[in-house]
Amino acid sequence: MTGERPIGEDDLQAYVDGRLASSRREAVKTYLDDHPTLADQVKQEIDLREALRARLAFKAAEPVPSSLRIANLMAGRRRPGWGRPAAVAAAAVGLLIGSVLGAAGGIWWSGAGHVAEASIAGNAIAAHRIYVSERLHPVEVPAEQEAHLVQWLSRRVGKPLTAPNLTAQGYRLIGGRLLPDSGEAAALFMYENTDGNRLTLYARSGGTEAQTSFRFESRDDVSAFSWLDNGLSYVVTAKAERAQLLPIAETIYRQFETTGGPAKGHL
Amino acid sequence: MDEIASLLEPQIPALRRYAWALLRDHEAADDLVQDTLERAISRWGQRRQEGDLRAWLFTIQRNLFLNGLRQRKVRGAQVGEEALNDVQAFGTNPESHAGLRDVLNGLDALSEEQRSLLLLVGVEDLSYEQAAKVLGIPLGTVMSRLSRARARLREFMENGRSTVLRRVK
Repeated sequence: MTGERPIGEDDLQAYVDGRLASSRREAVKTYLDDHPTLADQVKQEIDLREALRARLAFKAAEPVPSSLRIANLMAGRRRPGWGRPAAVAAAAVGLLIGSVLGAAGGIWWSGAGHVAEASIAGNAIAAHRIYVSERLHPVEVPAEQEAHLVQWLSRRVGKPLTAPNLTAQGYRLIGGRLLPDSGEAAALFMYENTDGNRLTLYARSGGTEAQTSFRFESRDDVSAFSWLDNGLSYVVTAKAERAQLLPIAETIYRQFETTGGPAKGHL
Repeated sequence: MDEIASLLEPQIPALRRYAWALLRDHEAADDLVQDTLERAISRWGQRRQEGDLRAWLFTIQRNLFLNGLRQRKVRGAQVGEEALNDVQAFGTNPESHAGLRDVLNGLDALSEEQRSLLLLVGVEDLSYEQAAKVLGIPLGTVMSRLSRARARLREFMENGRSTVLRRVK
């Protein structure tokens, strides 16, 4: 076995799940033969996995109630011309003034935006430029006090905010600050990846629309996606290509969506 | 519309199973699934790739579930997370289901995250990468938490509920 990777926790889990390639599986088996106590635990875990599957199998085997048929759910939405949901949603908020550019990366975005939104994006980009290059004081409140930061900014902005988790994208929160924006309070969250690249998420209350699609703009080397959701205007800005920033913007958007809007104090 | 239905409907049995495993109440589980599907339909344009559909749906469903728990706690309603402990399994014959019911009791001895991990990986067959997406944690963390969750379940099954304190979130 010399030269082989040592058996790890991940191997044992994948073994329990039956997801190892055959050579690795054999290596784990050999290892377990030498470690009878562990082998017994692994066997029990395999049995429990099976027991849980067996216990829950009945539920997936049940006939699906008609209330959950997609056609019925769609009919229940009572939206005219249903069938292209993103386009309909965008039309509903009056954003189809310009041309829809396309569904790049699976997300819709419109070519025309609102003036107010554009100016918020401009302010967000300006704030990004000023503060990401700041070495000593990039943030007012550091991420160590995240709960306080979020609570404070939520109170000042007047809407429950949340600092999205971008660990999967390689970015961690370093903190945030309060900013003025046309007489309103705006929140700026700053994130950093291991290469020291920073991105900012800007949020302020504004907009009468419930929701808009993504709007993209770039100024020099800085890109930004902005959108409105739940009475908040968001702008995510980074020194990145559109294609790199889009998945991050989608992640942020989805985290707010899937939590049904930012939950107060929930990080 | 046909496209949405043809992609979503095959996922419904799994979503119902996960919802029921979390809630142990048939009606509440179907309400959760319905909310999940409605949200998925209304956000259809924002899903990234079809390959991510399952992870996306389970993410929506889990977050709606957590949201519901949070709201119930805020409202101080009677049904809290703790109530799941007292819910009996639905088998009509206690003898034949005795062993199986214990598995669900064991599941209740875990934190919500551990429970979801065991369900998503062990029952719903999500890949570790998909599970990482659903829970919003790195892949390495999935493996270590899965390991801990399985050990905890095993210990519970060995020693019984009295020795395992239920973690209150």
